[in-house]
Amino acid sequence: MTALLEVRGLVKNFPVNTGVFGRPKSFVSAVDHLDFDLHEGETLGLVGESGCGKSTTARLLMHLVAPTAGTIRFEGRTVGTSELPLKAFRRQVQMVFQDSYASLNPRLTVAESVAFGPLVHGVSRDEAAARANSLLERVGLDPARFAGRFTHELSGGQRQRVNIARALALQPRVLILDEAVSALDKSVEAQVLNLLLDLKEEFHLTYLFISHDLEVVRFMAARVLVMYLGRVAELGATEALYTGSRHPYTTALLGSLLSMDPDHRAESAPIAGDPPNPIDPPAGCRFHTRCSFAEPVCSSRVPVLTPLGSAHSVACHMSEPGSGHGCAPQRAA
Amino acid sequence: MTGVAEPVLDIRNLRVTFTGGAKPVNAVDGVDLSIERGEVVALLGESGSGKSVTLRSILRLHPAKRTRMEGAIHVAGTNVMALEGGALTDFRGKGASMIFQEPMLALDPVYTLGEQIIEAILRHENISTSEARRRALDWFERVRIPSPERRLDTYPHEMSGGMRQRAMIALALACNPKLLLADEPTTALDATVQVQILLLLRDLQRELGLSMLFVTHDIGVAVEVADRIAVMYAGRIVEIGSVRDVIRSPRHPYTLGLLSTRPHGGRLSGNRLPTIPGSPPDLANLPPGCAFAMRCALAADACRIAAPEAVEVGPGHQARCVRTAETARPAGAPAGVSA
Repeated sequence: MTALLEVRGLVKNFPVNTGVFGRPKSFVSAVDHLDFDLHEGETLGLVGESGCGKSTTARLLMHLVAPTAGTIRFEGRTVGTSELPLKAFRRQVQMVFQDSYASLNPRLTVAESVAFGPLVHGVSRDEAAARANSLLERVGLDPARFAGRFTHELSGGQRQRVNIARALALQPRVLILDEAVSALDKSVEAQVLNLLLDLKEEFHLTYLFISHDLEVVRFMAARVLVMYLGRVAELGATEALYTGSRHPYTTALLGSLLSMDPDHRAESAPIAGDPPNPIDPPAGCRFHTRCSFAEPVCSSRVPVLTPLGSAHSVACHMSEPGSGHGCAPQRAA
Repeated sequence: MTGVAEPVLDIRNLRVTFTGGAKPVNAVDGVDLSIERGEVVALLGESGSGKSVTLRSILRLHPAKRTRMEGAIHVAGTNVMALEGGALTDFRGKGASMIFQEPMLALDPVYTLGEQIIEAILRHENISTSEARRRALDWFERVRIPSPERRLDTYPHEMSGGMRQRAMIALALACNPKLLLADEPTTALDATVQVQILLLLRDLQRELGLSMLFVTHDIGVAVEVADRIAVMYAGRIVEIGSVRDVIRSPRHPYTLGLLSTRPHGGRLSGNRLPTIPGSPPDLANLPPGCAFAMRCALAADACRIAAPEAVEVGPGHQARCVRTAETARPAGAPAGVSA
């Protein structure tokens, strides 16, 4: 598989506590040196807790916020330069947001919302309207009934279908789904997940599927990227990662899944405390303050993302040869 | 007045209608529910099912001018519907108290956590401020807040989400209520923190013998804390029974659907999920019969005429459905929901 989207050294620091003369006194380190590839035709899941940088990553990819450092390449061309201007890039990569209500213009009808993007990108009025109607049909909203409605006349599930239709209106190749089903009720969530699977096949899409719900990610994604406080903790093929996680944080996250079995209720919490504040995150491995395997090296040196096989890598001193951690494998002689 | 076998909570034929809008909204449509001393019942449902409205009715939190409440609610013998003025305020916090979903909104941002808990204790009990502070500290220790003495003097915004929810629990328990109400207390929390709070609630419940009504949309959460589960749909309890009965042998088609639409343990990866077609009904325009009939694969003519009565499908296990004979299944057979 070729990398459709390559992310290298992506960094985002948000200034906080602006002092006199507008000079920021400290920064939220939202995303810190993120590297990953999104392969053509795959669904990559991005998981982590609130504040881990999932949504910032999505916004950085779309250039909705400007990165502090790092590059994003789409088919080998650097985004935001003369190689690939933003407008051309955004035609290829579209996003669906969590809040289906806030992300639609309340003064546009459903059909106008979907046709808006193509119009801006120079498609004729008739062509844009026709495209909107066929997409509404495709996402399960009968245009005869829904095209003229406003967003407040729709249910949450229907609104999210409109958002999906709108994202597809520019015929993109990549969809970034930022908690796209998280606000929906379970019975509606399943319908939208099925729709996303169908659309992916039909339009040959590539998904970056961001969610805090590990079960949903396991269902949707072939590969999963686990983030903790702005950094990659672990990256790997979904089943390998879910059944053989190597980062203590991934293990804890999976251990927090509820069993749904009255005879196997949770007996102890896998880790204590809340994720630390991303303002002044812990030095070294950012997880060391909550990790039960932490050793001195963990608080002094940042672990390197170490490959464990063809499709699995982890950023943990316990898996990094010669890292100085008691459990680390010996460096090959 | 308080008998030995009297339930802590007894709700009879509760109807709540919001009359503020253009059309009256039937948020709760005939709920019967009772909770024994030391029992935990989870009220499970999707948004708009009436679960939170039922919960808030117990504290009479709905605006009186725009709400019509009918039926009877008794908490440990107190007739909640008859309470007015000071008696109602006395009841809130002492008779029943509530843990809200979002502690940041429920706590007052301009007072320290200690001040808020002490104020609540002093409102209900005739003790000195220092005695109230000692008790607040004791509760902070019980909800396992690290360095509790220092934390009493912090403001809500200075704490993490998990710690705020612990403080909220301390506040709710500070006056030893007879009934604890919890409205999605872990929904706003991260997965690793959610488990900690669920374990804390379960430990406190056991230690103190709390009676609890726990509202959630998450079946996994209900299984962790509850003795019994009541499933709500469009303002009615459609199924109620022990956690095991409801999870292992659900009998209402809606419960069956909810349990099978959930991706769990990777068993469905790559395939289409079974779904419940359509969306929940408009509460201002409820159909005459069973509110689930229009989404139900088993719906018959009888379902659309009159709301079904509760059918006893097992000991203490009831479903409001006329087709319960069809939903019974041999152990291990897959749920009969359309793919």
